[in-house]
Amino acid sequence: MRTPVFFLISIAVAAVVFFAARLVSNDYVFFAGYTVLQFVVLATAWNILGGYTGYVNFGSAAFFALGAYATVFLHKLYPLPIPLLIVTGGIVSGVVGFGMGYLTLRLRGAFFAIATLALAVVLQTLVVNWDYVGGSRGAYIIRPNEIALVGPYIQYLFLLMLALTVFALTIARGIERSQLGYGFATIRDDELAAEASGVPTLRLKLIATTLSGALMGMAGAPFPYYIGYLQPSSAFGLEYAVNSIAMPMIGGTTSWVGPLIGAILLGSLQQIATVTISSAVNLLIVGLLLVAFVIIAPNGIVGLVQGWTRGRAK
Amino acid sequence: MGEQVGLSFDLLINALIAGILLGGFYTAVTIGVSISFGILDIVNIAHPAFIILGSYIAYIVNARLGIDPIATSIIMLPAFYLLGAGIYQVYYESFERRGQEALRGLSFFFGLLFVTEVMLILVFGVDYRYVEAPYIGPSWHIGVMDFPLRMLVPCIAALAMFAALELYLSHTFIGRAISAVAQDQLALRLMGVSPIRIKRIAFGISIATTAVAGALLIIIQPVEPSVGREYIGRVFAICVLGGLGSLPGTVIGAMLLGIIESFTATFYGPSWAPAVAFGVLLLTLAFRPAGLLGR
Amino acid sequence: MPSPLLEVAGLSKRFGGFVALDGIDLAVAEGERVGLIGPNGSGKSTLVNCICGTLVNETGTVRFNGETVDRLLTHERTRRGIARSFQLPRPFTTLTVAGNLRVPLLYTVNARPGHALSPTELDARCAELLELVGLADKATHLPRDLTQVEMRKLELARAMAAEPKLLIADESMAGLSHSEVDDIVGLLIRLNERGITIILIEHIMRAVMKFSQRIIVLVSGKKIADGAPDTVIRDSEVERAYIGQ
Repeated sequence: MRTPVFFLISIAVAAVVFFAARLVSNDYVFFAGYTVLQFVVLATAWNILGGYTGYVNFGSAAFFALGAYATVFLHKLYPLPIPLLIVTGGIVSGVVGFGMGYLTLRLRGAFFAIATLALAVVLQTLVVNWDYVGGSRGAYIIRPNEIALVGPYIQYLFLLMLALTVFALTIARGIERSQLGYGFATIRDDELAAEASGVPTLRLKLIATTLSGALMGMAGAPFPYYIGYLQPSSAFGLEYAVNSIAMPMIGGTTSWVGPLIGAILLGSLQQIATVTISSAVNLLIVGLLLVAFVIIAPNGIVGLVQGWTRGRAK
Repeated sequence: MGEQVGLSFDLLINALIAGILLGGFYTAVTIGVSISFGILDIVNIAHPAFIILGSYIAYIVNARLGIDPIATSIIMLPAFYLLGAGIYQVYYESFERRGQEALRGLSFFFGLLFVTEVMLILVFGVDYRYVEAPYIGPSWHIGVMDFPLRMLVPCIAALAMFAALELYLSHTFIGRAISAVAQDQLALRLMGVSPIRIKRIAFGISIATTAVAGALLIIIQPVEPSVGREYIGRVFAICVLGGLGSLPGTVIGAMLLGIIESFTATFYGPSWAPAVAFGVLLLTLAFRPAGLLGR
Repeated sequence: MPSPLLEVAGLSKRFGGFVALDGIDLAVAEGERVGLIGPNGSGKSTLVNCICGTLVNETGTVRFNGETVDRLLTHERTRRGIARSFQLPRPFTTLTVAGNLRVPLLYTVNARPGHALSPTELDARCAELLELVGLADKATHLPRDLTQVEMRKLELARAMAAEPKLLIADESMAGLSHSEVDDIVGLLIRLNERGITIILIEHIMRAVMKFSQRIIVLVSGKKIADGAPDTVIRDSEVERAYIGQ
């Protein structure tokens, strides 16, 4: 299936999802759905770098929060429409992703991973010390109750996140089937051999880092409107770091389907769990699942299914 | 500004002393990673989580039984060693043997880091915990110089641990095998020594050091579960700065970082400390990735 | 006399205290067939790594096709026409055998100025290469399904796919049968007749003698002989180096 066709089909699916959700008389569907979709974007973004090229980013929270805080910053200057904020969030996070990649990607993947972890801590420190965006006290964003054409504001946010999800999935799938995707795979499989075969590994890695960071920033940009009151501890929260890794690793890292499955499964489970058990236990389970899958089923659910069907075919 | 000159000298010298003492402590925190990352090439980003675990164990024993945290940590050394050996075995079977360390190994340790932190939150909550000991509180004064004992004692303990490890690595058979395992596994095999066993011992030692480091940490500052994450940047910054694989380099790197952080805290405020470590890490990676004393 | 295709001058490489290469000078003329031999650990693969940019040498320069390439990254040197196979095969494990060959076609051949291969031409080129090395029936398999010997053939095919001016084949024949060795030597000679300069690194002396117009001998990081095959193998130092181990 060619990419433009996939794109159109995804839009159609998204439209069906949206209108089906509207049929449910409870707005909670939109709140929960927004969170799950947000994770789909984050997981897909992480996988472009981690799954396709093999470079692990532990600081997803940093890129996500950058998008959120870019929104807060701009909101104080002049309230812009959210689609525009999504673009600016993407640009800010993309630039930071590029910068960090430029500094650390020439070295081993391990150094890049460590740098991303430290980046999250540092950015949080910077934000906590920056009163203009609220510092440790946090920032309020007043969101309207309704918006023209759509109705309740949360439905508008949900719709935007749906659009972003379609965008992210189309990009991920498009890359996978393109020459770029081939290049990414060679970097993951054997970077030295890739270079020897003519693959410009640094350039490709920078593309992956920038794209991945940008998508995460885009996912973060509407977050202040969703949550109303943004604190550093929630923007840089633990759940973003672990989920953006766990969801692709559990779903399967070699294809765009993996992060989607992982995000929908784990995201929904967590929505249920947070309501029934505590959120800390819920995170613990995600962490344990991550460790278990990494040891036992390294190719994730997609890998398990592929192995099962291959076994059946014999 | 004239009358502040005398004040600044005081401030300066004490910032320097605090930096050196802090650097000594940072040595204890980092020495395990010098072994696991510098020598064994294992990126154990969960290292700070074990340190925090050590801190909490020291805390409980201190709160319930009143035992000194450093004494507790020495008693806990064998347990932490076994934990490290066990983790290495899992790591080796699941990742190293299959050549999957890069993505999966890192995710494994991240998972451990995360799970440890969340379990500590579940058991202890997010309140800060601290220990009581006779040397927490008083300071020695020599002229204008202040030596807070709660920093001096950990510094001395840390340097003692470093000296012990350095002697072990250079003077015992297994210690030398550990130093060699990075460079020549074939030679080790030819001598009848299993490189896997050596690496397991080395990783066990690496985790054992966290028991002590944890005790020292909770002497210096109150601890809560997320404190570990601040140390990831520090630990690897020191390793890289000092040069991977060089234990003496770790001490120098630790001292340097301690002094830089201390001056930053004194003149710009303590909340910038994590940013300092990261800045140092990035600069070192960008300009001198082999570190000051690296191979 | 035209300047050599490859010139290495004063090249040295250390690993910590260990000197892997000590002031290597050599030149390879366009169209030559050169054999590079030496005991294990003599620095042959290190030399290849330095020529290709995988390792950075401390001193000396490498000139290729009249250009100093020291500052160029490996992929840039590959695009300029240097291709190599790895001594221990390094296939792309998640790509099929044919997929492995597409990589240099996409990223080297198509990256050069001039006519880029269309998808059909790419497929045809892949098939042709697989046929040449005898892997045509394994095209859709993954590298993990290949035998050691087949993996070495894949390594060689992947290097050939980059359409190099200079091909460095690093121990491509280890483990091959007598006739398979002859096949590969024949293949390399045919490639050479098409104009590709080849450096063959091998331990199988029969293949080296049959293939090479000139032999270079490396021992402990130093070049100890460089000349016609018959002269070199009779050289007493060379004998000592091989018998002495």
